[in-house]
Amino acid sequence: MSKKSLLARNNDLANTKRQLEILSNGQFSNGELPTFAKKIAVTNQFPLRPKKLEVLQINLGYMCNQVCAHCHVDAGPDRKEIMTKKTMQECLNVIKKTGAHTLDLTGGAPEMNPNFKWFVEEAAKVGINDFIVRSNLTIIRANKKFYDLPNFFKKHNIHIVSSMPHWTRGKTDKQRGDGVFDKSIKALQELNAVGYGIPASDLKLDLVYNPSGAFLPGDQKALENDFKKALKKEFNINFNSLFAITNLPISRFLDYLIASENYEDYMYSLVEAYNPEAVKNVMCTNTLSVSWDGWLFDCDFNQMLNLKVASKVNHISEYNEKLLQNRNIIINQHCYGCTAGAGSSCQGVVA
Amino acid sequence: MSKTYYNPADLRKFGNITEWSEELGNKFFEYYGKVFEEGALTAREKSLIALAVAHTEQCPYCIDAYTKDGLQRGITKEEMMEAVHVGAAIKSGATLVHGVQMMNKVNKLEM
Repeated sequence: MSKKSLLARNNDLANTKRQLEILSNGQFSNGELPTFAKKIAVTNQFPLRPKKLEVLQINLGYMCNQVCAHCHVDAGPDRKEIMTKKTMQECLNVIKKTGAHTLDLTGGAPEMNPNFKWFVEEAAKVGINDFIVRSNLTIIRANKKFYDLPNFFKKHNIHIVSSMPHWTRGKTDKQRGDGVFDKSIKALQELNAVGYGIPASDLKLDLVYNPSGAFLPGDQKALENDFKKALKKEFNINFNSLFAITNLPISRFLDYLIASENYEDYMYSLVEAYNPEAVKNVMCTNTLSVSWDGWLFDCDFNQMLNLKVASKVNHISEYNEKLLQNRNIIINQHCYGCTAGAGSSCQGVVA
Repeated sequence: MSKTYYNPADLRKFGNITEWSEELGNKFFEYYGKVFEEGALTAREKSLIALAVAHTEQCPYCIDAYTKDGLQRGITKEEMMEAVHVGAAIKSGATLVHGVQMMNKVNKLEM
């Protein structure tokens, strides 16, 4: 597995225009498979429109201590894009007046932003009490300065959502890097120790499962049961829910699909598993995504494809919720990833 | 142009068999779907049985399909290989148990 981002490797796919070209060509240009726009039009769901805004998902930077093979952010230690305090202040101004009730912090490893704690504390002061932090777990063990994160999370009653591709070391390390499994287990035990994921505790710890390869996630509930049984038996670990998330064909995962000659079959599987019910609740309908430099997107995936919101207002500095809510959501073939089977979102299945 | 009897892309066309015999095709797929639902056996257990049988039947489409199905269910490669060995053991056992028939015949024919 490469230890560098696509960007640092000067990979062709670091160019988002190239990714969009690939997603529009081949099976989708020769008519073998319908485009996402055509598919949702069949059930009168085109154009896709936002519903009530509930979640502001803020990307605090692309820097990460891990280089996961499937990462749609192309995050890693070599990525220097980090949200500045100035942009955070602009976010806080929006948080004061938004109708959204949840602040969802992601990255990269959001905790690596030097102003991470400050930002959480300020957001709490202006009224956010529903925080999500998408933590990769190993960050808690990466450096002494992060050792107190479990207590910090607890203090602000932050809902922790963490990736864990499998309950076995082999499958986890293959996707996320050597040693990630052992460190993740240690971090989960530490989170349990301060009360996270324990039955009857209100400190929530959820895990995210992404398939480690060119296949779709299975039944979320069945996987959750398997994870719970194995993690409890082997490591005495407790957690609340497992979210099964489909890998979207962009960035590093797209690179992998093409290199392993799985791209066409994978797109076929996604289209075959298309579920119109899932379209109703895709996360772009209740979430706005903010990039490290303040641009606004329909979702984190569109952010990584540099598809800014189709609105006069597309930067946090000029945020206008009423205008933004009156927009069409930008879609492309990668959106099939969120509508396959029971659907997929940052909160797991949607249908 | 290379021609082979098996084309991986044909698996996607499996559903087309209903086109030439709609009623029987639909009944088969309805039965097939029902068989693999959660029942007295879990869907996970059924997937492993299907994988083992796919190998003893030496059906390349079924092997592709149930390997992928197993991965989707979080089944490990060790579990999958053990299932294949179960199929192989029954296959070889089925061959060897006929050795008794051979022994019977030899014993009958020999003075």
